[in-house]
Amino acid sequence: MPMNRSDIRHGVLESLLAIAPEVDAQALDDTRLLRDQVDLDSMDWLNVLLGVHRRFGIDIPETDYARLATLQLIVDYVAQRAR
Amino acid sequence: MIEFRLPSLGADMDRGTLLQWRVEVGQTVKKGDIVAVVDTSKAAVDLEIWVDGTVHRLLTTVGETIPVGAPMALVLAPGEAAPAGVWQPTASPSTPAVPAAPPAPRPTGMPPRADQPIATRARVTPAARRRATELGIAADALHGTGPDGAVTRDDVERAAQPAVPAAAAGAPAAPPGRAAEMRKAIAAAMARSKREIPHYYLTEPIALRAALDWLRAFNAARPMTERVLPAALLLKAVAVALRAVPELNGHLVDGAFIPVAQAHIGVAISLRSGGLVAPAVHDVASKPLSQVMGELADLVQRARAGSLRSSEMSDPTITVTNLGEQAVESVHGIIYPPQVALVGFGRIAERPWVVDGALTVMPAITATLAADHRVSDGHRGAIFLARLRDQLQQPQPLEA
Repeated sequence: MPMNRSDIRHGVLESLLAIAPEVDAQALDDTRLLRDQVDLDSMDWLNVLLGVHRRFGIDIPETDYARLATLQLIVDYVAQRAR
Repeated sequence: MIEFRLPSLGADMDRGTLLQWRVEVGQTVKKGDIVAVVDTSKAAVDLEIWVDGTVHRLLTTVGETIPVGAPMALVLAPGEAAPAGVWQPTASPSTPAVPAAPPAPRPTGMPPRADQPIATRARVTPAARRRATELGIAADALHGTGPDGAVTRDDVERAAQPAVPAAAAGAPAAPPGRAAEMRKAIAAAMARSKREIPHYYLTEPIALRAALDWLRAFNAARPMTERVLPAALLLKAVAVALRAVPELNGHLVDGAFIPVAQAHIGVAISLRSGGLVAPAVHDVASKPLSQVMGELADLVQRARAGSLRSSEMSDPTITVTNLGEQAVESVHGIIYPPQVALVGFGRIAERPWVVDGALTVMPAITATLAADHRVSDGHRGAIFLARLRDQLQQPQPLEA
């Protein structure tokens, strides 16, 4: 099942919107810090990453959590690991 | 015969509207079963029953708004035969709605009276009430055309006609609705707290290197779905530290403090639509850390989805707020009556710290305690914060 970046971005956005349904996906800047654009506490953030984990079947070590700060960085991360 | 009464689901609730019965007459129920869904100003709440038995009669009709403490249903105890006579409500409303919880606080000073009809308010469907709130109309004053004279959404729309000019386009449209009602409920509870509770406040910065290192190692060995956040570790540490200072954990009712052996910790959860709720994780001290994390995650999700249970709303014995998740260094909270203490955590951040006479960089958090001077003194509060700090320097025992 080939996955291009736009598919991945769409999946990541769906994980985010499941936790923060009030977010206007159109207004998100892929390169700005997500936490500056969306009101996410640590529990929300964990749930977003768990959504990505389930959707793409990739395990994200806790040491990588902090790196995944923008939408673009998450998409890059998933693209490298998802098969 | 057992009277199932509308429990208080927090100091900011004085009535509720029945949305749905989840049981029928003749049905057998077990303690903890969800028997009804009730709308409060904050959320729809699943009401759990606190006894085993058989549903004998349902007294409240769907859409009806009733005061806290009003009988909602009659339940026969196991083996009990249905009585022959006509049921009369018992005269005293003082029977606690939930035995394990404090007697329902009655902020309005208007306990339900047995010699009055239970519902003196007009019957208003939930949809109608919502719409009426949006439109700023007193739904109870309307003439209802629905079944049994209930005020329907159509009645509200009709009543609103002259008041809503057609040319209102362009006006900022943010109907107050639930958000406004929740704000009013929070304001009432907090104003009461500030009026009645002589708060004292203590602050203690706590080094977290040991706790975070330990948690990192704990999580490294676990799959993603079983990892634990610092928020859960802090909750567990609070619960264990409370054992040393029981006068912070319980309820002050009619001037008397009732300590509670288990720490049912109310967790302040902000809702995305505005406002907040503080439902409880039960008996935190006796649960393994991973279970506390699982229950906390579940509670946050259900709070946001609006599906909390009555026991979670009615019986927190202390509240913890983690406002530091966003940006603040510390939070000095307002106690949620009838509780007598609130613990606040600021943001975890690296700070200059002196260890053995040398300056170092330390991840740290500022813990605060707001407590009720009618029950405890600063000295005891200080012992609590010291215990909390010590727990977090030796986190390993918090796992079990």
